[in-house]
Amino acid sequence: MLFHLNDWVLWQFDVLILALVVACAIISLCLKDLVSSAIVFGAYSFLMCLMWTEMLAVDVAFTEAAVGAGVSTVLFLGTALHIKRRSRD
Amino acid sequence: MKAIAFIVTLLLGALLIAATADLPDWGDPRSPASLHVSDYYIKNSMEQTSVPNFVTSVLADYRGYDTMFETTVIFCAGLTVLAILRRSHRREKKKVSPRPNTEDKDLILQSAARMIVPMMQLFALYVVAHGHHSPGGGFQGGVILGASFILLAVAYDLKMVLARLKEKTVLLLSGVGVLIYSGIGFICLLLGSNFLDYSAWAKIMPFGPIEARSHGMLGVEVGVAITVLCIMFSLYVDLASGGEMDEGL
Repeated sequence: MLFHLNDWVLWQFDVLILALVVACAIISLCLKDLVSSAIVFGAYSFLMCLMWTEMLAVDVAFTEAAVGAGVSTVLFLGTALHIKRRSRD
Repeated sequence: MKAIAFIVTLLLGALLIAATADLPDWGDPRSPASLHVSDYYIKNSMEQTSVPNFVTSVLADYRGYDTMFETTVIFCAGLTVLAILRRSHRREKKKVSPRPNTEDKDLILQSAARMIVPMMQLFALYVVAHGHHSPGGGFQGGVILGASFILLAVAYDLKMVLARLKEKTVLLLSGVGVLIYSGIGFICLLLGSNFLDYSAWAKIMPFGPIEARSHGMLGVEVGVAITVLCIMFSLYVDLASGGEMDEGL
């Protein structure tokens, strides 16, 4: 190992990413427009991918980036365009 | 009703946060998982399977049974969406040309897609084939491959992509992927070994039992990639066109 784990992980990054994750989660729940909600949820997945990378779980991060931020956002978008676009609650 | 739901959610959240206090610290070498299980894989993966990335060797070999059924779950999910959404239209079929229709959509989007898609597919194949040595593997590679076809369908139109990658072919291939995985495992059984014990392949192939495990993992990853590619594309097609298979986004 070239570096020690504790030197590598900056807690400032941790806090920043976690705060953004929580913000994205709340925003995507609060938005009335389902398409925007899907996009914010994609951002949430991407931030989770950063989080996994920072925890050195690169394989999980890769899956999260491909599935969570990539394909599932497109699937949400495709679905949101076919149902009523605005949520009622 | 909404207030009750909110309170229940809050309570559940508080319970989960309280429960995380009992989890071992991140990267704690004395946590139960790091004491016996991880230790064994880290020490023995290279000797037993000649695969440097032991995440892959755990997923595809030591815990190969789990991964096989994960692939089956994805296969079933794709079939379920198809069964619910797909509508067979009785309209007359027009002949669709597999050449891209460049008239009514964005030039920038289409040019970008045309340049990105080959790179994506090449990278996806690299991810599948190189999953033993670097992060990646069949699942990620399959998703990227599927995403490249989805990108084509978004940038051009769905009919053009479906004329190239027929719906029947997609369904057939998604089954073939699962068949490759379980077939590789079943041949191990026929060769007198345990199910999914790839070292049995050394009896009929010109390499030793340790290399056989590595190559067996590669074969399995290819099966996973084929299934995931087809199911991701099929999910997109069904959801985006509402089962009509004509327009898409």
